[in-house]
Amino acid sequence: MNTELLGIIATYLLTLAIAIPLGKYLAKVFAGEKVWTDFLKPIENGIFKLSGINPKEEMNWKQHLKALLTINMVWLVYGFFVLLYQDKLPLNPDGNPGMSPDLSFNTVISFVVNCNLQHYSGESGVSYLTQHFVLMFLQFVSCATGIAAAVVLFKAFRDKTSAKLGNFWDFFVKSITRLLLPMSLVIALILAFNGTPTSYEGKDQFISVQGDTVNVSRGPAAAFVAIKHLGTNGGGWFGTNSAHPLENPSYLTAMVELFAQVVIPIAMVIAFGYFIRRRKLAWMMFGVMTIGMLLLLIPTLSSELGGNPALAKMGISQTTGAMEGKEVRFGPALSAYWSTVTTIISTGSVNSMHDSTMPLTGVWQLLGMMINSFYGGCGVGILNYFIYLIIAVFISGLMVGRTPEFLGHKVEAREIKIAALVTLLSPFLILAGTAIASYVFTNYGEAAWAVQPKNWLNNPGFHGFSEMLYEMTSSNANNGSGFEGLGDNNVFWNVATGFVLMLGRFLPIIGPIAIAGLLGAKKYIPESAGTLKTDTLTFSVMIFAVIVVLNALSYFPALALGPLAEYFTMLK
Amino acid sequence: MKKYLLQSIRLTAVLLVLLCVVYPLIVAFAGGFSKGNGGGEKITKNGKVVGYALIGQNFSKPEYFWGRPSAVGYNAAGSGGSNKGPSNEEYLAVVSGRIDTLLKYHPYLKKADIPADMVTASGSGLDPNISEQAAIIQIKRVAANRGLTDRAVAELVVKNTEGPLLGMFGPSVVNVLKLNLALDELKK
Repeated sequence: MNTELLGIIATYLLTLAIAIPLGKYLAKVFAGEKVWTDFLKPIENGIFKLSGINPKEEMNWKQHLKALLTINMVWLVYGFFVLLYQDKLPLNPDGNPGMSPDLSFNTVISFVVNCNLQHYSGESGVSYLTQHFVLMFLQFVSCATGIAAAVVLFKAFRDKTSAKLGNFWDFFVKSITRLLLPMSLVIALILAFNGTPTSYEGKDQFISVQGDTVNVSRGPAAAFVAIKHLGTNGGGWFGTNSAHPLENPSYLTAMVELFAQVVIPIAMVIAFGYFIRRRKLAWMMFGVMTIGMLLLLIPTLSSELGGNPALAKMGISQTTGAMEGKEVRFGPALSAYWSTVTTIISTGSVNSMHDSTMPLTGVWQLLGMMINSFYGGCGVGILNYFIYLIIAVFISGLMVGRTPEFLGHKVEAREIKIAALVTLLSPFLILAGTAIASYVFTNYGEAAWAVQPKNWLNNPGFHGFSEMLYEMTSSNANNGSGFEGLGDNNVFWNVATGFVLMLGRFLPIIGPIAIAGLLGAKKYIPESAGTLKTDTLTFSVMIFAVIVVLNALSYFPALALGPLAEYFTMLK
Repeated sequence: MKKYLLQSIRLTAVLLVLLCVVYPLIVAFAGGFSKGNGGGEKITKNGKVVGYALIGQNFSKPEYFWGRPSAVGYNAAGSGGSNKGPSNEEYLAVVSGRIDTLLKYHPYLKKADIPADMVTASGSGLDPNISEQAAIIQIKRVAANRGLTDRAVAELVVKNTEGPLLGMFGPSVVNVLKLNLALDELKK
């Protein structure tokens, strides 16, 4: 078999082999059961003591949300000012400037919400201080926020009726000490010994073989790249993210980085099953998500391995597939796999430039982000899936003519309203955002911004429209990848995507937690013959249908105007 | 609310120390024992640094193997791809120009011999590698410009081709810088 395809299969199987035991372990950690990492307890107790937190204090769902939103607000304020004044702070060996207010606004929101959109370039836009003390810090804590939020949802369905849902700080700190920090350390060391720099030295200079003077950006990237993937953040140390040879030196590191971004999202699904003692339900969820992934991955592989038809017409050989924007050491197959997982899982790191992928690949990338729950980001993937699940429960209930129930709790008008609002939010933000951007591009081309609207697009025609659609979709999904040709470092994109990012993050966290909190507090109804079972194959098909129908109805017109139109013009 | 705010601020401060001081310093300390001591693996020639093993550099002279086109001219302080879409006419004209240049310097080539990686820009603009096929098509030109036999150069290409990981996973690649330095050695 082809070594490139074998590489993908091996990477996925390796991920699965570790994700399953990791999921069991996480369920135990968050249930407070004994695990082998309990030797870390003194460190956690120290953290709680220094922070004045009592980790045993039970919270209801509203208190959880208050704690979550408060600490996120603290990070927003802290990060904004540090980025603004990074030029006046230490650890800036390359002498990079402070950020403009709109760029700082966008950057800090983008990292707080686990998106990492990056309208700056790593080599010239940030200092080592801000890379570590703002960006890497936020990569840890935004991921831990997502995981803690998911655990609140787990808690709501563990017992028959419960308003007490554990302690937010406890879940949050344990996500870091028991999961993110130890695993990041291991991954960072693997990267460090395979070529990713770790030292704090600034730029280097050398004279090349042909006599050119070359400056090389470096810096302590290994620690950063580890959590960037593990936390499904995706923001790169260098401008070109994991395509950069220092950020992702070899095929081995690419496999490790791919493993790191997929492992926690899968483990969380497994953990859900163990935590609420309904493993079959979790395996069904896993099944739907995996089939969803394959349905996006296989056509992506086919269009990338097939090469660019326009280059084929020129008569060159494309046995290695489409190579524009790709690195030789990864090849098109691994790059295709990467582009699929990074979009379904909301990582948004890239090892090839998505702007240069084939038009149909663009469709699958966009769809992955629009659906945003085939595994999905750390913690939030499950929350997004939960919304689809509630909608599916509701529709199935209507079809069989019974009051819809989920795990013994009646799903009533209030819950459905919340789920419907969250569902409508994504298309609203993506489509309205893209429409406004297109309007500004067409009518205000001369606006005196850092990048004039008429110069926003790096490609003409349908592909240019796709660049704007992709940026809005990526922001709403908190993904962070981009069609990077877009001239996005200006006040319009910085502010517009800043708001989309914030709404696209917090409402889809608040909604599911509210629903779970409301449901968990309701009286438990024992299962009867008339109960709609949610862990069956039939119901899984139902959820899949809901996902497909909702997304097709919302996004087909926009996809038709962008990548699909480009695809058909290339067929000519 | 006030209670949560105070707790948030204190927890943030504690975690800043753990995650942004302790963690990266451990990694930096361990990384000091890697090749290049954590600053990136350098390659020296006659005691002078001539490049980084992982970072591609520009080769355009006829006696060297050439790397891939770069959207940023191999600027290792500002990586970047072209971000050109597949149907962009202007981009297709550039590719077509690259094919013509290759054919001009390699008159023995047919279009169908040219692999895509030689006429497309890499993602980072710093790709240190080319495919095996991309090295093979350049052998004749390099040999002719150095007064070497095709066979000697071809052997060197084979020697500098790194196979898939563990022989099973991923593509075969040729590191252009290492190959060219090996060529310079051969001359002596």
